[in-house]
Amino acid sequence: MSPIEITRRALLEGTAATAMITALPDHGASAQQTPTGGAGESELMVRLQINGKTHSLDLDIRSTLVDTLRERLGLTGTKKGCDRGECGACTVHIEGRRVLACMTLAAAAEGKEITTIEGLADGDTLHPVQSAFIGHDAFQCGFCTSGQIMSAVACIREGHAGTEADIREFMSGNLCRCSAYPQIVAAVKSAAQIQGI
Amino acid sequence: MQSFTYARASALPDVLAAISQPGGIILAGGTELLNWMKEGIVAPERLVDINGISGLDRIETADRGLRIGALARMSDVAGHEAVARDYPVIAEALLKSASQQIRNMASMGGNLMQRTRCPYFRAEIELPCNKRRPGSGCSALAGEDRGMAIFGWSEACLATHPSDVAVALAALDAVVQVASSHGARDIPFLDFHRLPDDAPERETVLEPGEVITAIEVPASPAARRSHYLKIRERASYEFALVSAAVGLELEGSEISDVRIALGGMAAKPWRLSAAEQALHGIAISDAAALRRAVDGAFGDARPRRHNGFKVELVKRAIVRALQTAGDIA
Ligand SMILES: Cc1cc2nc3c(=O)[nH]c(=O)nc-3n(C[C@H](O)[C@H](O)[C@H](O)COP(=O)(O)OP(=O)(O)OC[C@H]3O[C@@H](n4cnc5c(N)ncnc54)[C@H](O)[C@@H]3O)c2cc1C
Ligand code: SF4
Ligand code: FES
Ligand code: FES
Repeated sequence: MSPIEITRRALLEGTAATAMITALPDHGASAQQTPTGGAGESELMVRLQINGKTHSLDLDIRSTLVDTLRERLGLTGTKKGCDRGECGACTVHIEGRRVLACMTLAAAAEGKEITTIEGLADGDTLHPVQSAFIGHDAFQCGFCTSGQIMSAVACIREGHAGTEADIREFMSGNLCRCSAYPQIVAAVKSAAQIQGI
Repeated sequence: MQSFTYARASALPDVLAAISQPGGIILAGGTELLNWMKEGIVAPERLVDINGISGLDRIETADRGLRIGALARMSDVAGHEAVARDYPVIAEALLKSASQQIRNMASMGGNLMQRTRCPYFRAEIELPCNKRRPGSGCSALAGEDRGMAIFGWSEACLATHPSDVAVALAALDAVVQVASSHGARDIPFLDFHRLPDDAPERETVLEPGEVITAIEVPASPAARRSHYLKIRERASYEFALVSAAVGLELEGSEISDVRIALGGMAAKPWRLSAAEQALHGIAISDAAALRRAVDGAFGDARPRRHNGFKVELVKRAIVRALQTAGDIA
């Protein structure tokens, strides 16, 4: 671990949480302040709908969605690469749109339908994009793959997978350190064709 | 990250009340704010989430112009049929910004409020930077200045503004509508962002307690025949090194109206009014005359050690953008 990371971690953990959530006057919000623990310290009760299931969690208000998925819910399919919105490894769907879980506060995702890579397959039947990634060898180490697949599913749905140039442009928010790009483009293209888009 | 409180607003007056007190900050898409908070660039006490305010994301088109709600997402504006048809420079600038994931999250209001990508400003371990800590000095003065401004910089700060769509909006004479608990006002786009002078920590003329509610863009023939050319060091998903937003009206082959704004050149979108005047009456097919008119508008360019190449690069970008808008490139 680099000294930079230690510094960041120390910063993140250094201050005691004094979190609370409020609804502004006269307008309802479902989240409530639920004091837990000792003096001046409170956590926040957040209800998240993930892959069709509702989870109620006491969270530090500072928690991002990616950390909540991974650290609190064990949904480690969503990866954390840069934590700065730059790599796309944390791509999930909120209300059907692809977004970055590292740039989303978990509290702000309350009440919205969240889909992660774990929610894509239908039982034991893989989603066509998952099958296409396997069929086209569209990964090496696999670290970027769940983000790539979540992004690709949305990319096809948006109608941005018609040509290879479109696929490359509209998948550019997902970096692949192993540079499996040609295979990723091929997989997205074939999945789009199979889905008739 | 310092802790904070979080509140969801569902009506604008609540937002105005909540941010009229110091320590409150608006959360829209969060794609800038979360990065600043993780980096320790800002440490707000109260986050006011405006995503639940209905209607603030509306995109309305009428004969006289376009009105984009502050909460409209970059991807929705880019994908809006009338925007792409009547204001192509806006749709193109947005589609060349960031990635689809970020465009799905990021709001138009937040886009205008984004801050420089100067690496010293964003450093993980804090470095001298007058924008980040006023009075601490500018690391770029004796450091890396390749990406820095050509126009309008001061000894206090050399940074550029990174927004693409702001450049398009500057070319089309947009207006930023803002509101506070004291009332509402309209800010002409070119007045919205500030040059650094001796207070580079203030990027815009927005006063504390003010919220952007919408952006209005007048319709015009030049808006309809417009184009955004972005030059960057990767084909996609990269900020501009330089960029040109142009709008053009032709009578026959002669230029009768033209707008030019540049990105990557200053702390604000840089409108090239002198070139606009010089281009009147010139045939769009006369590349040499286009270039002469553009050349004449760089009298106040002040390149530094490593960014002089931007001057030639942006001049070529302007000529190419004009030719593309004029259908001859
Ligand atoms: C990896 C990456 C690449 C990017 N590439 C590009 C690019 O190529 N081109 C480009 O133009 N941009 C680019 N961006 C920047 C991106 O467009 C901005 O982060 C985004 O537009 C900010 O909008 P937001 O809604 O997420 O703002 P937030 O993060 O929610 O807010 C940013 C600031 O604006 C304030 N704010 C938000 N809404 C309002 C309002 N209505 N009134 C007053 N203040 C408000 C907030 O309080 C905060 O201070 C990139 C960003 C990332 C992370
Ligand atoms: S150029 Fe501006 S933003 Fe960059 S280090 Fe200097 S003062 Fe900071
Ligand atoms: S971890 Fe979210 S974009 Fe890299
Ligand atoms: S497969 Fe290794 S990063 Fe993409």
